[in-house]
Amino acid sequence: MTKTLAKIALAATALLVAQMALAEAGGAMIGRTCNGCHGTDGVSKGAAPSLKGLPADYLAKAMKDFKADARPATIMNRIAKGYSDAELGAVAQYFATMK
Amino acid sequence: MSEFTRRKFLKFAGAAGAASAAGLTLSGCEGPGAGASAKSSQASTGPAHVVVIGGGFGGATAAKYIRKLDPSVKVTLIEKAKTYYTCPGSNWVLGGMRTIASIGQTYDSLASKHGVKVVHDWVTGIDAEKRHVALESGGHMSYDRLIVSPGIDFKWDGIEGYNEEVSKTIPHAWKAGHQTATLYQQLAGMRDGGTFVICPPPNPFRCPPGPYERVSMVAHFMKQHKPKSKIIILDAKPKFSKQGLFTQGWKDLYGFGTDNSMIEYIPSPNGKVVRIDAKNRVAIAGDLEEEYKADVLNVIPAQKAGWIAAHSGLTNESGWCPVNPLTWESTLVPHVHVIGDSSIAGKMPKSGYSANSQAKVCAAAVVDMLAGREPGTPSWVNTCYSLVGPNYGISVAAVYTLSEAGVVGVKGAGGLTPADGNRSLEAIYADSWWTNVTDDIWG
Ligand SMILES: Cc1cc2nc3c(=O)[nH]c(=O)nc-3n(C[C@H](O)[C@H](O)[C@H](O)COP(=O)(O)OP(=O)(O)OC[C@H]3O[C@@H](n4cnc5c(N)ncnc54)[C@H](O)[C@@H]3O)c2cc1C
Repeated sequence: MTKTLAKIALAATALLVAQMALAEAGGAMIGRTCNGCHGTDGVSKGAAPSLKGLPADYLAKAMKDFKADARPATIMNRIAKGYSDAELGAVAQYFATMK
Repeated sequence: MSEFTRRKFLKFAGAAGAASAAGLTLSGCEGPGAGASAKSSQASTGPAHVVVIGGGFGGATAAKYIRKLDPSVKVTLIEKAKTYYTCPGSNWVLGGMRTIASIGQTYDSLASKHGVKVVHDWVTGIDAEKRHVALESGGHMSYDRLIVSPGIDFKWDGIEGYNEEVSKTIPHAWKAGHQTATLYQQLAGMRDGGTFVICPPPNPFRCPPGPYERVSMVAHFMKQHKPKSKIIILDAKPKFSKQGLFTQGWKDLYGFGTDNSMIEYIPSPNGKVVRIDAKNRVAIAGDLEEEYKADVLNVIPAQKAGWIAAHSGLTNESGWCPVNPLTWESTLVPHVHVIGDSSIAGKMPKSGYSANSQAKVCAAAVVDMLAGREPGTPSWVNTCYSLVGPNYGISVAAVYTLSEAGVVGVKGAGGLTPADGNRSLEAIYADSWWTNVTDDIWG
């Protein structure tokens, strides 16, 4: 009984997962991981710069430059390499348009 | 998750979801497990209720971010302590750079700014079938989804002669608060020319660089106040996190490797402590049972998931909690999510930043699941700073993604402070990190 139910449930889960879009992580999902160092909603209370409201093209360029080791950094050059250019663009948009 | 094909993901998520889906038999088969249609997976009608156990790095983040993401969800945070002392920064207290009071966090903002109901109590049990938790003060609290972030517990049977009772006088200081204060007082009271012996634990444990940052901070303290003193590291492991950076730092600041070194490092096997003679403050290590007499002794025992996790069937044979990293839902108990140190988090280390990052992915997934949406593609970061001296910071960072092997670091990204890295600027960012991460959690 339990076994059959488990099988049915497993099939249902697989079906459900099959419908999932395997998109890249969204700007908000990535943006929230930045908050630990840059403050909630990108508003910093320490030496790390605030991100909220910065123009999207500026932020995207800064991060692409970090990724290419074309901008001086302590840690952002290591972190920016973890994302595609599209993801960097999305996260830039997220902070630029944050209310 | 670019190189990650749909087929592989199916395989992975199917396997991870199996146990959780099987658990539907418990809760009356309302629908497919993770990502199930929303209202059907709620225990009650009315607004969904999420209960969070533990107001540390993982739990407090999850509570705050659920409320930020969907203010219609009711969130209750259950945390025993009224003031939480952050382990990050607690080594800086030992270095005399901060007061213990300055690393204390309260739950006022979570309640007043974010509408989290904060209950100071201890959870004594989880009833996954009835979907409620039992409280020490009596009574139960029911949930639609439960998030468990209880941190770590110690394995008291690893070192003969060291136990919870002994830890009151020979502190571990691996949970911050009075343990930290005790160790600081002992260090402050130590004679110049005394010996501080520290015994780091075997893997896996919370904060892999933590014991070595502690060595650095104690060395800094002694250099200022008791320059004839020595530090001996008796390590249960043959190597450690950020080892190259730490040893370079110890050379730069504390004469490491010279005849005059303040710090002596004895790795496993010789450094593996087998017994503590608490009365005489002696650590006995290695096959030859060499004795190390300490003026101040700091023993950090081996670790396992927090008590409530083991008590509630959330742990496997490893002593830690297996989860589906898409949602951080337990693969053993449905509707219960485990984050932070207690969880088996793939390649992510047990750190406060990891717990914070996992909590946000979990919070978003829980909000999605309650609303009948599929959880979004997750993404995580860990950034971990250590101070070797007040103006000497080092770091390790990584970006994590979901792959068929679970949570893995993105290749080509992350890593350590480079050899020519700017140590004094990283020390400033370490302080900034603490300020912002604590504000992101308790602010
Ligand atoms: C010395 C040291 C230095 C560190 N430095 C860093 C650093 O620089 N950077 C970093 O990222 N990480 C650091 N860490 C690691 C970090 O502290 C942990 O990884 C982090 O606290 C894990 O978060 P958590 O939510 O899993 O557990 P915790 O933060 O420990 O929170 C668990 C909470 O749950 C509560 N609780 C448990 N069970 C119950 C129950 N049954 N009922 C009610 N409440 C309960 C506890 O009271 C506790 O408050 C350090 C750790 C140490 C020891």
